Amino acid sequence: MHNIIYLLLRRMRVPLIAIILAYAISILGLVLIPGMDDQGNPWQMSFFHAFYFVSFMGSTIGFGEIPYPFTDPQRIWTTVAMYLTVISWLYAIGSLLSLIQDQAFRRVVAYTSFAHAVRQIREPFYLVCGLGGAGQLVIRELAEHGIRSVIIDKDENKIHALQLEELPMHVPGLTADVTDSNTLMTAGLNKQRCAGVIALTGDDQVNLTVAITSKLLAPNLPVICRAQSHDAQANIASFGTETIINPFDTFAERLAMMFRSPSMYLVYEWMTSLHETPLTEFAAPPRGTWILCGYGRFGKALQKSLSYKGIQTTIVEADAAGTNAPEGTIEGRGTEAITLHEAGIEQAAGLIAGTDDDANNLSIIMTGLHLNKNLFTVSRQNRSSNDAIFAAAGTNITMHPGRLIGKQVIDIVTMPLLKDFLHMATLQNDVWANILVSRIVGVLADKPPESWELTISTIQSPAVTQLLHRGFTVTVKHLLTDPRDTATPLPCVLLYMKHGNYQERLLPADETPLQVGDQLLICGHPSAETHMRWTARNSHALNYICTGCDRPSGNLWRWLSARRSDSHTA
Amino acid sequence: MNLEKVFFAFFIVLSLTLNFGFFIGELDDPNHHNIYELFAALVVSLIATIMKFGDRAHIGAVLLATSLVADLQLIAAAVIWTITVHATDVGMTPMIMASIVSLSGGALLANITSVIILVTETVMFRR
Repeated sequence: MHNIIYLLLRRMRVPLIAIILAYAISILGLVLIPGMDDQGNPWQMSFFHAFYFVSFMGSTIGFGEIPYPFTDPQRIWTTVAMYLTVISWLYAIGSLLSLIQDQAFRRVVAYTSFAHAVRQIREPFYLVCGLGGAGQLVIRELAEHGIRSVIIDKDENKIHALQLEELPMHVPGLTADVTDSNTLMTAGLNKQRCAGVIALTGDDQVNLTVAITSKLLAPNLPVICRAQSHDAQANIASFGTETIINPFDTFAERLAMMFRSPSMYLVYEWMTSLHETPLTEFAAPPRGTWILCGYGRFGKALQKSLSYKGIQTTIVEADAAGTNAPEGTIEGRGTEAITLHEAGIEQAAGLIAGTDDDANNLSIIMTGLHLNKNLFTVSRQNRSSNDAIFAAAGTNITMHPGRLIGKQVIDIVTMPLLKDFLHMATLQNDVWANILVSRIVGVLADKPPESWELTISTIQSPAVTQLLHRGFTVTVKHLLTDPRDTATPLPCVLLYMKHGNYQERLLPADETPLQVGDQLLICGHPSAETHMRWTARNSHALNYICTGCDRPSGNLWRWLSARRSDSHTA
Repeated sequence: MNLEKVFFAFFIVLSLTLNFGFFIGELDDPNHHNIYELFAALVVSLIATIMKFGDRAHIGAVLLATSLVADLQLIAAAVIWTITVHATDVGMTPMIMASIVSLSGGALLANITSVIILVTETVMFRR
């Protein structure tokens, strides 16, 4: 606010001085020039009359010649004064208007209002840098989860577009360079309420700068950072950044998992899918030779993880020398039938279109399917706006780096247990995963799966802690029971339980007793979350589940029932 | 030599000298206090105020404040003069003249403060 006023005052200095001088000269002239009153006596204008006259003349209101008609010398001077004052006014107003339209001034106004909005945030918030596909997804999902965030991007149009989007809460946005540490400070990096920094720009160097700035200025803040090359990844990891997301590696791991254990892949997909995404049809990818078009960062990551799974790949790359493609690489883009023929498309099991151009990727898929309609197709999608055409192309798997990163960030922020669960689950075998999938499918009844976390604490589950403090045993089974009907379990599966940092359990048994401080990860029907949270909060509901009888809630009835039980025992 | 500094100092000192010129003389004698001088003092004081606009330094803020005080005092003096002559039948009396001149005396003090600050700053500015 102060900046704006100072800037205004500074810029208006010369126009204001011009107006004062014009007025002073005009007034002085009118006072000095002799006039004549209605009786023809010589009369001189006083300062008051002169000021009055100049005030309405200068603003072009023009009441006429008062108090007496002017003499010719007075009229000559008035002519001069008229032009003088009107021009000085025009100059002043023009300067003011041009100042308001000035880019620098507008930037100051935007910056000031952004800083004000950040100061006004009273809840924990995340600082997001970069409003690309991933950034947009993160902002929207955080808002859906009721988590505040602020966003910085260097592209003004993206920030404007954000303001048009209908988000459930206000997300302050600023057009600025995130590599400037002052920008990050303004966005609340050093604020106590800042819960973490998320760097999602498309440039590794920028993300690196954001991460290192955050680690130096706010060492305790968790930093989530996107990195596209292994070089940058190692660099960012070297100073203790908590989470680094490489979309290509993540996808390559997922693809490898599909080969190893399709059920495990399904568990991953469900747990990490967005809010209310319906269950997708899933076909296991066939083994055999795969054709990989495009040997960039994406292609390299896929080739590595496919060969690790013992799957042979034929690489098609237009610039084989520039990308250090291995021997046997076929030169060409893969968009034309000849190259695909040469790569042996007729015998291939799968086709991966991994170039950084969406039109080329689609063309590769279409050409490939035309030549061999049994192909399993995987395509990389670079732009979010191409959703419709990728859906129409009928690829088996479409990988969108931005969306993949966005989902991962959301999971890390909203469900910190998920990472631990997935880490433990990966170590299990295929049979375990099959059983888990069938259990989840059993409770879902065709609804999209929903996952949530519950902590046994006085804030999240006061009813449970109350019973535990009174010496009762509350088990997992109690929490998983429908509070309206104790005979039926809630349609959900308790996936993972953690106590402290080390004590963790995968799929804990029903009899497992709960302790204060336990953290639970649950997956199931959306309605189950509501009921479970209700049980955890409402001591009557929990009491009923644990004991099977309705305890009286009012003081009178409690006293009466205590007397009754006393007389029974006596 | 910085032309901006010259203008700046010029207007600050000029508003002090003009103010002093109006103030000097028998306190309640209208013959000793010229209305043109009051007009000039007021105009120069306003310009001096605007020249201090937008200076973010602490000393600039203090200069702006003293200047605003001087403006306020001089405008009050001018308004009293106008009302006495044009809006009442009393006309200029020694008592009213005395109050006008004492108001300008207050402005004089504010202007002196301005000049002292200006001189202090200049002396501390070793270049």
